[in-house]
Amino acid sequence: MGLINLYLIPGIVLGSIYALGAVGLSLIYGVLRFGHFAHGDVMTFGAYATLSAVTLFGLSPLAALPIAMLATALLAILIDRLFYRPFRDHPTIIVVIASFGVALMLRSLVEIFWGADDRTYETGIRRPVAFFDTFMIAPRHIAIIVAAVVLVTVLHFFLTRTRLGKAMRAVSDQPSLARVCGIDLDTVSLWTWVFGAGLAAAAGLFLAIDTQLNPNMGWNLLLPLFAAAILGGIGKPYGAIAGGLVIGLAEELSSFPLFSDRPLVPPDYKTGVAFAIMVAMLLWRPQGLFRGRSFE
Amino acid sequence: MSLLEIEELRAGYGDTEILHGVNIKVEAGELSVIIGPNGAGKSTLIKAIFGIVATHGGRVRFAGGDITGAPPEKLVSMGLAYVPQERNVFPTLTVAENLEMGAFSVREPLVPMLEAQYALFPELERRRRQLVGELSGGQRQMVALARALMTGPKLLLLDEPTAGLSPKVMAEVFGHIRAINGTGIGVLMVEQNARLALEIADRGHVLAAGRNRYSGTGADLLANRQMAEAFLGG
Amino acid sequence: MNALVGYGEYAVSLLTIGGIYAVMALGLNLQWGYGGLFNAGVSGFFAVGAYASAILTAPVTPGHFVGFGLPIIVGIVSAMLLSAVVGWFVGRICLRLQSDYLAMATIGIAEILRLVIDNEIWLTNGSRGIVAIPRPFEDLPGIWRDFAYLGLVAAVVAALYIALELLARSPWGRVMRAIRDNEAAAAAFGKDVASFRLQAFVLGSMAMGLSGALTAHAFKFIGPDATLPLITTFLVWVMLIAGGSANNRGAILGPILIWTLWSATELLTGTLPPEWQIRGSYLRVFLIGLLLQVVLQRFPRGLLPERPPRPPQAERVDAKEG
Repeated sequence: MGLINLYLIPGIVLGSIYALGAVGLSLIYGVLRFGHFAHGDVMTFGAYATLSAVTLFGLSPLAALPIAMLATALLAILIDRLFYRPFRDHPTIIVVIASFGVALMLRSLVEIFWGADDRTYETGIRRPVAFFDTFMIAPRHIAIIVAAVVLVTVLHFFLTRTRLGKAMRAVSDQPSLARVCGIDLDTVSLWTWVFGAGLAAAAGLFLAIDTQLNPNMGWNLLLPLFAAAILGGIGKPYGAIAGGLVIGLAEELSSFPLFSDRPLVPPDYKTGVAFAIMVAMLLWRPQGLFRGRSFE
Repeated sequence: MSLLEIEELRAGYGDTEILHGVNIKVEAGELSVIIGPNGAGKSTLIKAIFGIVATHGGRVRFAGGDITGAPPEKLVSMGLAYVPQERNVFPTLTVAENLEMGAFSVREPLVPMLEAQYALFPELERRRRQLVGELSGGQRQMVALARALMTGPKLLLLDEPTAGLSPKVMAEVFGHIRAINGTGIGVLMVEQNARLALEIADRGHVLAAGRNRYSGTGADLLANRQMAEAFLGG
Repeated sequence: MNALVGYGEYAVSLLTIGGIYAVMALGLNLQWGYGGLFNAGVSGFFAVGAYASAILTAPVTPGHFVGFGLPIIVGIVSAMLLSAVVGWFVGRICLRLQSDYLAMATIGIAEILRLVIDNEIWLTNGSRGIVAIPRPFEDLPGIWRDFAYLGLVAAVVAALYIALELLARSPWGRVMRAIRDNEAAAAAFGKDVASFRLQAFVLGSMAMGLSGALTAHAFKFIGPDATLPLITTFLVWVMLIAGGSANNRGAILGPILIWTLWSATELLTGTLPPEWQIRGSYLRVFLIGLLLQVVLQRFPRGLLPERPPRPPQAERVDAKEG
């Protein structure tokens, strides 16, 4: 039971957070063809935007989430206009460098407006709910998992049932043919930012609910997010969701004392697990685990 | 007036000019084929008509309007459609979604267009929920053709539709092209398999070193001994 | 008079740190400017060099593993060798990856090294850092100590500059640029692309390790904060791009200018009222990020652009118009 309560549930929670972040990273890579290194900091911004909505309107963090998602999406569209789009016809690496700069700018903006100290949405200790006497799960973990499932479902419907969502997959799949079909890249990239940044805001909020708000929270997640996106085959949204869950579970389960009373991997090196998986994937299966089955 | 009129068209990549003055006319509903040796600029011509390769001079007129250098979106709305040689389907989309993407730029009701394509390619209807990446080469080519037809074009531009296919599948694809032409849609295609293509074509144009050398009916070109020696491999 | 000495000391320290950044930027220039290799983990190689030299030269303390009390020169040479070894290892694994992936992999390695530095207290003294690292020329009086150290840094920069210029003009340099601009063509000419890239990566890593060692000895202290990606990786990228990548003079000018700018803005924020000082320091970071964007968009080739002209990019422009 300890395995489930202390490792599996936190693993699924962390995995959901990674999935929401990685799916945006993957969508952006698919449509705009660059690794968005400011994605972690977009998450951070989303978490802090929620904080402001919570204090301004007196909402609960989850109720404030739509406002924060909208604000983050608008910010991302602005960033794209100002800093990424000028390089559309340049070598990708220039946009990657620009996104590094944006990462730094976003983080310092958060520090300027909200300060560098750790923050939380509310105070007080919340008790976990016990099911069947031994199965314990904290209410915030239930909320995170349910909300993540809802958001992924919404994304799924967008990608498979709407004209624009299908166009997004088409651009990601075969950009030149998409152009021949008359699919407007500007519209598609706009919606890519709306979904990518909106889901990142949600991931940021969930991370902050699970731990706390900190200006570095998103940057520190960049590595596992990329690991998840690469694991799922970068550019494939469904792969990124699966990849996020795998990386989250792997990180939490890596501290499980399987063979002795000591953790498999020292908890301080949890991030290293994501990194090791990522490097292994890059070297042996750069196309991702789920080849050709990116969508079903 | 012809449906497509190309006058003294010059085009190429960057500073490298590949077409040095091409003159070709395509009549409405005609099945015509462009043949010629490798490097003659056949694919470049198709791409220049569709606005994917930069034109350096000359004119392209379609349905009475000047379309020289016009962007693909505009051409599609005017009734021109294009099937690239490679990467001409969306492999991670289903058959139905591929066709839907073909009609992205037209705001007409989708269902009748879909049904028209399924009538032409019954096999696609059976596989409409399948991912295109899982289909065979011949089936993918069907998807590519059907996708281009979704906008209801007057003229279909095909860039080597049988490249890399087995002789059997090649014959099937030529059959499809004739069927499409049979519905009244004009076809202008580039082909390596000159003989087979000329056999089904109303008209053939021979392109060499960036200029058109001969034009004539398919039968004429096949019968022309000089032509046959030079371009059809004897 | 005292004020004058103060300004003099300030200028000396400015140039010293700027020079150390120039060593780092020259190394990055070899990797990125000439090799087109996107190393986003500069801080990792910097940290390897800094900690290697610090651990080897710090005084022996009973009960502590840290500190071997070896001569400074041994520390510096070992720092270069060790970062070269790490560079070789990382390069062997990661260089076949394309740009974005290479960036990710190198960031990852740098972040893992940061975890190691934070957690392996027996080796690195954790967050408290390594203190009492010896500094050369300590016997000299007053400001001459700092002058002498500046002289050392300047000599290193000059030597590195000459070496890299010779390298850039040699057949080796021409092959590197050929690989960067057209990998397929270079490979078609029978050049061993992977081996050339690895050489550039290892040499660049060595320079980064050297800059780490010079930093540790300059401050007589090294702690995990010095290996934050902002302070090393990011700033050095801004410096190289602003100065002009694939131009070794740019790789020296950029660091000195940007470091002066960075320090000058610190003086400015220092004059703000205390409650604004902390925000001011974040504003500086924001402005450096903005500066990078401006340079990328307005002066993409930097202050001192690469001299031999790159092949024309007419095709790209035409494709856009078409």
